[in-house]
Amino acid sequence: MNNRVLYLLPLLTLAVMAGFFGWSLLSGRDPASIGSVMVNRQAPRLAAPALREGEPALTSDLLKTGKPVLVNFFASWCTPCLAEHPLMMRLRQREGVTIVGIAWKNKPEEARAWLKKLGDPFTYAGTDYDGMLSLDWGLSGVPETYLIDAAGIVRLHYHAPITEKDLNDTILPLLRAGK
Amino acid sequence: MLVLACVAFPAFAVEPSEMLKDPALEMRARTLSRELRCVVCQNQSIDDSAAEVAHDMRIAVRERLTAGDSDKAVMGYMVARYGDYVLLEPPFKPRTLVLWLGAPLVLVVAGLLLFFAARRRPVVPAAPPPLSDTEKERLQSLLKR
Amino acid sequence: MIPELGHFALILAFAVAIVQGTLPLIGASRGDARLMALGRTAALTQAFLILLSFGALVQCYVVSDFSVANVVANSHSAKPLLYKITGTWGNHEGSMMLWTLILALFGASVAIFGANLPDTLRSRVLSVQALIGVGFLAFILFTSNPFLRLSPAPLDGNGLNPVLQDPGLAFHPPMLYLGYVGFSVTYSFAIAALLEGRVDVAWARWVRPWTLAAWCFLTLGIALGSWWSYYILGWGGFWFWDPVENASLMPWLAGTALLHSAVVVEKRDALKSWTVLLAILAFSLSLLGTFLVRSGVLTSVHAFAQDPARGMFILAFLIVVTGGGLALYAWRAPKLQHAHGPWGLFQPVSREGALILNNLLLCTLAVTVLLGTLYPLFLDLVSGAKVSVGPPFFNATFVPICAPLFAALCVGPFLSWKRAELGPALARLRAVFFAAVMAAVVAAVAIDGRATLAAVAFGFGVWLILGSATEFVGRARRGRLRTMPRSTIGMTISHAALGVVVLGSVATAAWNTELIHTMKLGESAPFGDYTATLVKVEPLQGPNYTAERATIVLSLDGKPYTTLTPERRLFTVQRRQVSETSIQTNLLRDLYATLGEGDLQGGWVVRLYNNPLAPWIWLGAALCALGGFVSLSDRRLRIGAPKRSRVAAQPAE
Repeated sequence: MNNRVLYLLPLLTLAVMAGFFGWSLLSGRDPASIGSVMVNRQAPRLAAPALREGEPALTSDLLKTGKPVLVNFFASWCTPCLAEHPLMMRLRQREGVTIVGIAWKNKPEEARAWLKKLGDPFTYAGTDYDGMLSLDWGLSGVPETYLIDAAGIVRLHYHAPITEKDLNDTILPLLRAGK
Repeated sequence: MLVLACVAFPAFAVEPSEMLKDPALEMRARTLSRELRCVVCQNQSIDDSAAEVAHDMRIAVRERLTAGDSDKAVMGYMVARYGDYVLLEPPFKPRTLVLWLGAPLVLVVAGLLLFFAARRRPVVPAAPPPLSDTEKERLQSLLKR
Repeated sequence: MIPELGHFALILAFAVAIVQGTLPLIGASRGDARLMALGRTAALTQAFLILLSFGALVQCYVVSDFSVANVVANSHSAKPLLYKITGTWGNHEGSMMLWTLILALFGASVAIFGANLPDTLRSRVLSVQALIGVGFLAFILFTSNPFLRLSPAPLDGNGLNPVLQDPGLAFHPPMLYLGYVGFSVTYSFAIAALLEGRVDVAWARWVRPWTLAAWCFLTLGIALGSWWSYYILGWGGFWFWDPVENASLMPWLAGTALLHSAVVVEKRDALKSWTVLLAILAFSLSLLGTFLVRSGVLTSVHAFAQDPARGMFILAFLIVVTGGGLALYAWRAPKLQHAHGPWGLFQPVSREGALILNNLLLCTLAVTVLLGTLYPLFLDLVSGAKVSVGPPFFNATFVPICAPLFAALCVGPFLSWKRAELGPALARLRAVFFAAVMAAVVAAVAIDGRATLAAVAFGFGVWLILGSATEFVGRARRGRLRTMPRSTIGMTISHAALGVVVLGSVATAAWNTELIHTMKLGESAPFGDYTATLVKVEPLQGPNYTAERATIVLSLDGKPYTTLTPERRLFTVQRRQVSETSIQTNLLRDLYATLGEGDLQGGWVVRLYNNPLAPWIWLGAALCALGGFVSLSDRRLRIGAPKRSRVAAQPAE
């Protein structure tokens, strides 16, 4: 047994640990990120009462139209949802994307008033007042956005409000490729 | 903001309205809740957490149990939705080998080293290393002198 | 004016620390008595300046000087005076000031109480201490200046996080820092010893009181933190294996190991390089804790001031201090003089054998905590996979290693140095063993048949208390009570206290009863042997909060037994609600109540807990620290510290 190596061991351990810490600090990793198991899996079931009066309830068929679909969970009481709202409007109006919006833990009338005031980007809108549907989607809060491709597979899962950069660099290229 | 939601209203965790009538089932639900992590909190189980999503998860656990699921099936249900992240006890898998076996390994290796160190008797100082060529030459020259 | 004075004093302290960190070191290597003497003066001056600076900051808080940005961010004029003062260290900048202050005070203590140290050792210790101080002062001055002014000054501050406005948490950081920073002295001694190339019996004697003091404070600090979470978080938990808790547990484990291995150096002149390594590690783990809490690499309930730039600075500092120490160790430790190889020569069955086993197990525990805390981070970086490591993991890995530790703990003190027989020691513990088994059986049968592991753990608690007591009584019987050194008495107290902690935590965690119920006014509900009645809920006006206070009467056999008054406080400045628990204790159990939301039907959510033996957790921890203090008062440590023998007093280099 080489004692010298033994004496060096603590220093080497420190070097490894410090390397990880430095990497972590420089990587811009978000320690609060929980990851998603939904990506690259068949989209979870969709079954929700319609948010807008007089429309049919939402079903999983909406996700199997042969076109990519964006599913966005939101709430009127959620401030970050306000921040991403203009981007949703842009996707709907300029890009003609199909967006399914689901109001999470939100009284339907409040969600409707919110959409009326700010503009309604959703092709289909549903409500999940008790949060049980959202659990199937692995939702942790609002806003969260899923991109489902033409084959009904989840391609993206955002745990945060989407940004201009997400839109241009990731979402739009995938949507266009899907068409 | 979300973080504050977990601790700001402590009395919110496990509300009476959530609890099941059947005490045995409720007991199982509480035990499982303590092993599931609240996904928006920091190291809190859903049993302790006041977050909205923790509330939903507690309800879902109870719904599954009422529907007759086994404990394992309930945990599987959560893992299918939130991944291994949701388990406060990480599963024993290749990627968690170091986590589970690291400390026992240290114990065993260090224990063995100590065991052999303890058995070692004081040794006679080892014979000096053989002379190198240059040293031999020097010795020769010294002897010749 | 005052803030500028404080800032100026801090800059001066920085300059003094640089002088203290260099000149005495040079003096020690050259044998220059004048340079070495500078160390003491500088240490005292530096402590005085930082005290002045810290005082200035406290003054800003007390008079609510809202031209200072730090005060604005963390204080409010309507806050009670106590929390204005304690709010000083309730934030990142202020807590760094407290940290630096304690560091300088420890340096000054070495200067004052270290009169019996050889000049070279003392000046080296003081220099290393000052170099650590330089790092922290630079950190404060360049990244976290608490004296920054705001112009124009706002009318009032943002207030202190309501959760922090609590006596338990107010004094938790100072205690914890006294522990963390106390290990800096141990570190300095280790570095000085490596520089001198000498670790001997005298060194072990000198370093021991500092380790003990730091360990006692750390014990108290951890206990206070745990007590705080017990009564503030509102569901009676007391330890969550949160990264921040783990960060304080790791140096505690290393420090405990160090206390024991230093005894081996002292008594047997063995295990030297290992002890030096532990001395470096105890402080390194304290720094690691600081890094984890403040850098934002991990999330935690308690983490504050997460800022990558600061994280980088602390990481760099960690690398310099720990890396420097360990590099010096790798270079110099092999050259330390060992009589019989680095591990010494020991019989497995002997006092030193037992102490080595203690070290092995304590270090394994520390590695368990370290891996559990950092593994999610490592795995995420390497593979992107997310895992959580929570209480069930630690219950499955940490607790099993405690079992052999506790089992051996009572046997060790019966073993003599050098060579011992296991048989006689075990024979003397036979009665204790049966008592422990009985306790476990009774616990399993009488309290809860399903909690088998809890019953076994309960037996271990009884084993620890009775085993320590038996050893003590045995000594006393042999008529050695009068001459028994205080350090032995302290050891017995601390060992038995550990048993008290075990009993308290096992009983609370395994056998608590709870009632979660929506109650209307006047409604009653059965709660164990008691009947709980919600008598009234009334509004209340506090100094900086409004509250609803419930009055819950618990009656036993129809007679009123006690009244609990939990509150929900709404802090007006932050618009945050905090639950104020109400606890009634008789030292054998806590009756614990929290008040939840009221509903529209006039019902209130009430949570009641009966936590058996809960007070013993903190009582035990306090006893544990008390044992340390008793040991600290041992006169051998104060006056009997041996002068190095004449022959050995030659300079090592």
